[in-house]
Amino acid sequence: MIELERFSDPDLSRHSLEAVLEAAEKFKAANGRSPVFMEVCGSHTMALAKTGIKARLKDHVRLIAGPGCPVCVTDQKSIDAMIALSKGPDRILCTFGDMMRVPGSKFTLMKAKTEGEDIRVVYSPLDSVKMAEENPEKEVIFLGIGFETTIPILALAIREAEKKNLQNFSIWMTTKLVEPVLRTLLDAGEVKLDGFLLPGHVAIVSGKRSFDFLSKEYNMPGVISGFEPVQLLSGMYKLLQLLLEKKVDILNDYTYLVKDEGNLVAQKMLDDYLEPYDEVWRGMSTIPGSGLVLKEKYASFDAKKKFNVSVGEPRKTKCRCGEIIKGTITPEECMLFAKGCTPTHPIGPCMVSTEGTCAAHYQYMRED
Amino acid sequence: MIKIEDDHALVDVMGSRMYVGTIFVPDAKIDDYVLLHAGQAMTIVDEEYAKESMTEWRNLLDDRT
Repeated sequence: MIELERFSDPDLSRHSLEAVLEAAEKFKAANGRSPVFMEVCGSHTMALAKTGIKARLKDHVRLIAGPGCPVCVTDQKSIDAMIALSKGPDRILCTFGDMMRVPGSKFTLMKAKTEGEDIRVVYSPLDSVKMAEENPEKEVIFLGIGFETTIPILALAIREAEKKNLQNFSIWMTTKLVEPVLRTLLDAGEVKLDGFLLPGHVAIVSGKRSFDFLSKEYNMPGVISGFEPVQLLSGMYKLLQLLLEKKVDILNDYTYLVKDEGNLVAQKMLDDYLEPYDEVWRGMSTIPGSGLVLKEKYASFDAKKKFNVSVGEPRKTKCRCGEIIKGTITPEECMLFAKGCTPTHPIGPCMVSTEGTCAAHYQYMRED
Repeated sequence: MIKIEDDHALVDVMGSRMYVGTIFVPDAKIDDYVLLHAGQAMTIVDEEYAKESMTEWRNLLDDRT
């Protein structure tokens, strides 16, 4: 579809960048400082870095990466527990690719795999349901990590497992929700923000309306944005315009994918199978109602109930991922960044994940 | 979307074909474009909105100069 390709057009991107720079200058003239925006989604962080937009805007718009990388926001003890799950008889552990190299206190899933544990990377959680069907003598466990875009698919996997009456399938639910963590960050007030670039794909599920609380309760503007260069810049421009016009609103700049009400089928799937849970977040301890777990009637598919995994307190390192995901420091402010912590030798998940802030800065923003 | 069967469909992703779930897009039709995530179509691309967004943005940029 031609229109969609135009959102990555280089000439249009450059033209859009000029517009953003102009608007940012107007903001600076009116306020005596650069605007400060948080991009919530890890994929936005990576796209802003990869396209060069973040580097180009360095002295004009301060962009702070938020808690939108599912693996990065998972606390270390949970990471250690998921890795420990791989060490068990007659098991197949299935996971999204990101988890394979995340450092545990003792080892990684990748190391466990090279030592002979049956760990498989899948593109879809439903692939792991199929594996359970094809391997009735093994316990198949899927590591359910993700935000609102992914969680309905975890619920769908449970639905499929239930339909097939599988006794050997379960999910280790470690899910996170966007609204509670944004509330927590804003309530803490550690990072002063002018507005948000809001996650386009989460919004597909939760709807534009799910972000209205930012403007209504926190007086904070936001723009739901896509991921191509022109979309990132258009979103930023519209956010700047709101500020220049002193308007507080939530705008949907991704209208061809995001509806006001979101995806009602996905939302019903969440309601049918899951309930809120007080999840622990890296660097933020427990946030009430910030995750979703399986309802009691689906306990037989809940890996946390099925398997007894105990891990000790995590190994202490100098990793500062917990501060990175809150936006209180940048990767460059971590003493390990690009020295003791690199993509080939990561100390924390932010350097490993495809949505990790440190990975984005290392790959696309280092000045050698 | 190339072929639709019950709750999954054959789609073309930049020349490669694969089956994806369609439970979240019950109104999807042949030739629709959909957004994929972890093996599921999560929403249908609204072509009119895509055209409108692009036109509106280009006009905004042109009006500035």
